[in-house]
Amino acid sequence: MSLKLEKLSQLLSETFGEKLLSVVADRGELTITVAAADYLEVARQLHDRPELGFEQLIDVSGLDYSTYGNAAWEGKRFAAATHLLSVRNNWRVRLKAFADDDDFPVLDSVCGIWHSANWFEREAFDLYGIMFSGHPDLRRILTDYGFVGHPFRKDFPISGYVEMRYDPDQGRVIYQPVTIEPRENTPRIVREDTYGDVGHG
Amino acid sequence: MAEIRNYTINFGPQHPSAHGVLRLVLELDGEVVERADPHIGLLHRGTEKLAETRTWVQSVPYMDRLDYVSMMCNEHAYCMAIERLLGLEVPLRGQYIRVMFDEVTRILNHLLNIGTHALDIGAMTMVLYTFREREDLMDVYEAVSGARMHAAYYRPGGVYRDLPEQMPQYQVSKWKNAETVRQLNENRQGSLLDFLEDFTNRFPRYCDEYETLLTDNRIWKQRTVGIGVVSPEQALNWGFTGAMLRGSGVEWDLRKKQPYEVYDRVDFDIPVGVNGDCYDRYLVRMEEMRQSNRIVRQCIDWLRKNPGPVIAGNHKVAPPARETMKSNMEELIHHFKLFTEGIHVPPGEVYAAVEHPKGEFGVYAVSDGANKPYRVKLRAPGFAHLAAMDEMARGHMIADVVAIIGTMDVVFGEIDR
Repeated sequence: MSLKLEKLSQLLSETFGEKLLSVVADRGELTITVAAADYLEVARQLHDRPELGFEQLIDVSGLDYSTYGNAAWEGKRFAAATHLLSVRNNWRVRLKAFADDDDFPVLDSVCGIWHSANWFEREAFDLYGIMFSGHPDLRRILTDYGFVGHPFRKDFPISGYVEMRYDPDQGRVIYQPVTIEPRENTPRIVREDTYGDVGHG
Repeated sequence: MAEIRNYTINFGPQHPSAHGVLRLVLELDGEVVERADPHIGLLHRGTEKLAETRTWVQSVPYMDRLDYVSMMCNEHAYCMAIERLLGLEVPLRGQYIRVMFDEVTRILNHLLNIGTHALDIGAMTMVLYTFREREDLMDVYEAVSGARMHAAYYRPGGVYRDLPEQMPQYQVSKWKNAETVRQLNENRQGSLLDFLEDFTNRFPRYCDEYETLLTDNRIWKQRTVGIGVVSPEQALNWGFTGAMLRGSGVEWDLRKKQPYEVYDRVDFDIPVGVNGDCYDRYLVRMEEMRQSNRIVRQCIDWLRKNPGPVIAGNHKVAPPARETMKSNMEELIHHFKLFTEGIHVPPGEVYAAVEHPKGEFGVYAVSDGANKPYRVKLRAPGFAHLAAMDEMARGHMIADVVAIIGTMDVVFGEIDR
């Protein structure tokens, strides 16, 4: 871990103490996880405190952990990973928060702190169905007008549910159930840790 | 008294100056924009979801199709994310080739941006000049990868192959006689590096030509000076990066501040704007092209003197050479496993960002140890820029909306993903 990362990690631990559920420094990046209830407050502090100085929100990414790894996922399903950048201090942090309810995931919106969160949160809502409470304009953004479902959830098939075509009899574009068969060219495999290890027999 | 109501018009999705499929719903008070509501997603292909169903390497060509005017920079961020997850080191020559092609890509992108921006707001000639130079650079793309645009040249661990020793030549045909072909092939006699060096010798003069066309052009200035002014605080709060941020006077460039590959070994300057309007951003892009030219020249020098491998030697990640694959059992197994099952990437998450011509292009990759990504999130710079459309266009005339779209350098491949 570089000196700078160590300083930031220490600073974050001092500032937030108990609020941080985990602080992970991995591959030169710092990830902090907070509870959904603390998310907004922690974000505000990260922005407002000059010693932290995260004046830029780079990205908000929705995450669905339901099929992670080989085993069944134990924890909460939906999360938002917010990437923050400090131009002043030249460091980054990833702020993660898991939504409490899997059936109706809700997180606080950080739109009031960083304007750039507006569209990123709309995207996470559109693709994952994560609700951002306090968002000024939580509409769908990437999918079609009138789209049903949240396509990036792991239980949503890659080919979708409906397809669109022009119907010459009716003289208009119609929706119909998909006609293509789902197929997988390369299966998804998670190997054991020792896979390919020559010394391991 | 008659009731006065705002007028709502629809701009796009098929509008020549919308740079793709942007639909804007504009609320107008006379000719003044009261509210601009961009509707995006008309080009949404679900790249991130598709990436989850393919092995890590199979998604590299998808990256070309994100921002389809700066192909190799997209690949770069994606490959960098995989390399960071694997903890893989790219050979030095591979790094130099990447930096060189990143800068070639930057020139390609800015040429298109400046050309079409000028075209949008009334200067027809620019686009003809800039496309002439783009042609040479696309030939460079083609020589190295076989494709003029969607190269798929960067691979996890380095680049697909070393630079070619010969440039492809024009052939005599029904349309091109021997004399024309001789002229066209004049600077293609040597290697790719010779051709590129010839280009870098010519390019500063071309930049001067563009400047005489635009920089002091009265109409150009009337259309861009004081239009879409963004203060540094706003630019940061709106998540601006790249030329959009530097145009507002914030000195921030990942190539300098968080250097990746060999950017800390090459010499270049970062231009910064003062007023944060469309004109300053144009000047920043102009200077960036000159600086990119400088970087390309340094890379050519280095690449001439230092032969070596261009892709990592770890055959769990990078495929073995064709000849060794045919004579060596071990390599054959590696080859088979790589092309059927793919790379196994250890669990973890990384965010790899590059200074893309448009801003910060980042790839947030989550792996659970499988041969496919668990989640890939692409952070497109244009997405954040376009999100600020409402604030930037408010209070401007409707004609200035076009100038603002142009200065944002939006490309829908990356915004809609």
